[in-house]
Amino acid sequence: MDSLILFIKDKAVGSLTSMVAELITEEVSQLSNGKSHCKGACREQRSRSSPRMLGLSSQICFSQSGRQSLRLAAPVWNWGTGSIRGLSRAVDPEGIQRKGRTLFQFLADRFYDVAAVREYLLRKQVLKVHQKNRSFTYIKERYGPYVAGAHFILKQGGAVKFQDKEWMRSSGRGLSFLEFWEFRAVPIEAVDASGCAINYQGLDHLLALKELQSLSLRCCPHVDDWCLSRLHQLADSLQELSLAGCPRISERGLACLHHLWNLRRLDISHLPAVSNPGLTQILVEEMLPNCEVLGAGWAQGLKLGLEEQSQDTASSPIPA
Amino acid sequence: MHVGLTVVTDIQDKIPLREWDGKVSEIKKKIQSVIPGGAWNPLYDTSHLPPEHSDVVIVGGGVLGLSVAYWLKRLEKQRGAIKVLVVERDHTYSQASTVLSVGGIRQQFSLPENIQLSLFSVEFLRNINEYLAVVDDPPLDLQFNPSGYLFLASEKGAATMENNVKVQRWAPGVAPRCCPAARTQRFGEPGRQLRRQAVLSGSSVWLENEGWFDPWSLLQGLRRKVQSMGVLFCQGEVTRASVVPCFVSSSDRMETPSGEEVILKKIHEVHVKVDHSQEYQPVECAIVVNTAGAWSGQIAELAGIGKGPPGTLQGTKLPVEPRKRYVYLWHCPQGPGLEAPLLADPSGAYFRRDGLGNNYLGGCSPTAEEEPDPGNLEVDHDFFQDKVWPLLAQRVPAFETLKVKSAWAGYYDYNTFDQNGVVGPHPLVVNMYFATGFSGHGLQQAPAVGRAVAEMVLEGHFQTIDLSPFLFSRFYLGEKAQEHCII
Repeated sequence: MDSLILFIKDKAVGSLTSMVAELITEEVSQLSNGKSHCKGACREQRSRSSPRMLGLSSQICFSQSGRQSLRLAAPVWNWGTGSIRGLSRAVDPEGIQRKGRTLFQFLADRFYDVAAVREYLLRKQVLKVHQKNRSFTYIKERYGPYVAGAHFILKQGGAVKFQDKEWMRSSGRGLSFLEFWEFRAVPIEAVDASGCAINYQGLDHLLALKELQSLSLRCCPHVDDWCLSRLHQLADSLQELSLAGCPRISERGLACLHHLWNLRRLDISHLPAVSNPGLTQILVEEMLPNCEVLGAGWAQGLKLGLEEQSQDTASSPIPA
Repeated sequence: MHVGLTVVTDIQDKIPLREWDGKVSEIKKKIQSVIPGGAWNPLYDTSHLPPEHSDVVIVGGGVLGLSVAYWLKRLEKQRGAIKVLVVERDHTYSQASTVLSVGGIRQQFSLPENIQLSLFSVEFLRNINEYLAVVDDPPLDLQFNPSGYLFLASEKGAATMENNVKVQRWAPGVAPRCCPAARTQRFGEPGRQLRRQAVLSGSSVWLENEGWFDPWSLLQGLRRKVQSMGVLFCQGEVTRASVVPCFVSSSDRMETPSGEEVILKKIHEVHVKVDHSQEYQPVECAIVVNTAGAWSGQIAELAGIGKGPPGTLQGTKLPVEPRKRYVYLWHCPQGPGLEAPLLADPSGAYFRRDGLGNNYLGGCSPTAEEEPDPGNLEVDHDFFQDKVWPLLAQRVPAFETLKVKSAWAGYYDYNTFDQNGVVGPHPLVVNMYFATGFSGHGLQQAPAVGRAVAEMVLEGHFQTIDLSPFLFSRFYLGEKAQEHCII
């Protein structure tokens, strides 16, 4: 039996997958529990096999040397199913670890397939964001830009305030058909798009709202510097803008907010990508003189310096 | 293996030395035909040399070369169909125009093709993490500043600027604004600081899609993606391109309508020489793409372009030569603030903000008489004192007090004919494609030009953007595609 399996392994380096060959090696080493001469044969076999096989098989054989589990059924190559019948499927912790390792090798041998699958999954994530930001051309033509914009924001999970009405929020369902008709000529004055997956394309919907006074883009993961460069189209009406917590906005995008000459309140706190929050706040305040800028606080860098100074004087007292 | 060596020495005694190389390659070919598999050499290790065969050889690994490699791999019909080799002489990119560039991107050109190229390139840069995504690698940050370009016009240039703006309005995208002098102050601090009593007659600025970015991160991102797509890189210099007639039969001779006979040729192999060594590898190739930037003229000469009586198509050289340009970095505490765009003065000087610490980058294009010697990349500081500083101080009063912190020089791959790029195949050497000669705006058009060249190679014609005004044949026919908005 051992010699049969060794024979198969010898001849079938090219034709069998290495995984199956590994399983053979594994089973051979298991069979040779207590039979040191077979283990010796296994080791000799290892030294004669190809370099790649050698590396992998030595890995498995080495791991088996410590574990001596008694086996009752000898493994036999099952030509029907193309697998080894009598493989240990019993629950033993070493078995699970062995299977984990062979699964890893299974995947490693199919590297290009796995890479293609992962690229596909990455692409799918990107397409999901695109799908959320698609343009509602039919709704826009039929009912006007206000309804299209409101539908877009409400579908993403944001909130919209029409002129002289209350805030509306609808957990991802968008506007209903009756509301399309009701709001078709009512301008929107405030939008709360916090946490929405809105990106450069999706901003088209917001830029069509020419009477927008307050826009909140807090913690939007896809809003970046490119999006900020588009906001100049709302310069005539926008008075309040909040960008707090957006991970992709940096001081380079904040530089193009100088077109918003009507802006009265700007919130740029907690922007992780801004390199120097205190200095950025000073520069933005200089850039927009009529606007109240909420941010990190220009004294942030200074405070740290004062604390260090007081610690120094405490630790090294001036000699009298 | 020692058996093999004794055989070799026996043969060496019987065959004279000059025929030895030929015999060795014959024996190697025979052995390779018997044993299938990749190229291997039984005598010595050749793993540092490029492969012996490659479908496409791209000479020059800057942003244009990598862009062509990317689009070739992306537009190929089947995964792994085309084998691409990028040959780059200097892996540190110490003299490459890409990394020494100021990194601006604009759509304010006078030719519609240039505007379309820039528009596509901006869209590529905006979605760079979708185009160049590699699984498990962090996303790319190009550090794009969307602050825009502000072109100023003198009285003489005002008419040209109006015409340019009319052309730009035609292109899809945001319409540019061409403002009279009084409204220039709307553009924040630099506007307030501009001396309006100077000969300022108007300005033009696009409000979106213009600005500057970090060319080094674009290069690294392209390199990473292109390597993951299976393109081979090689450090070496192309020293020879063996050109043979196109077809074996007599049909390689073509006749022009006027009855002159022209011979179509193709490059059969290129010799790639390894750095600091005499070793070279002949690489058999089907297509050679010349993206060598400032040195494209030398590569074209290797293929025999321009060797012929002047005035004929055979004698038309590639008119791309290196021109040195200086960039200076200075500090000015009272200078323009965060919103300052890249300002381009009608006199040729330009500057932009760099970072948050009141540092500025800028320079000026010299006139024809002042052209510096392109032999090395030494910086001439007197040029700043005499030429650049007065122009800047005249335009922005705050720049009267400034301190130069550092400077560097880089090459423009300058097209002496009309300062626009050369794209497409050569009419006589049919498998050499050009993507060079952009005279200072190559970086901003690289993604779109790469796609155009890949379409030309794979399909035979331009598909998305028609760059026929940029073909090589215009040098022979004398049709200039002149660009008026060159910095």
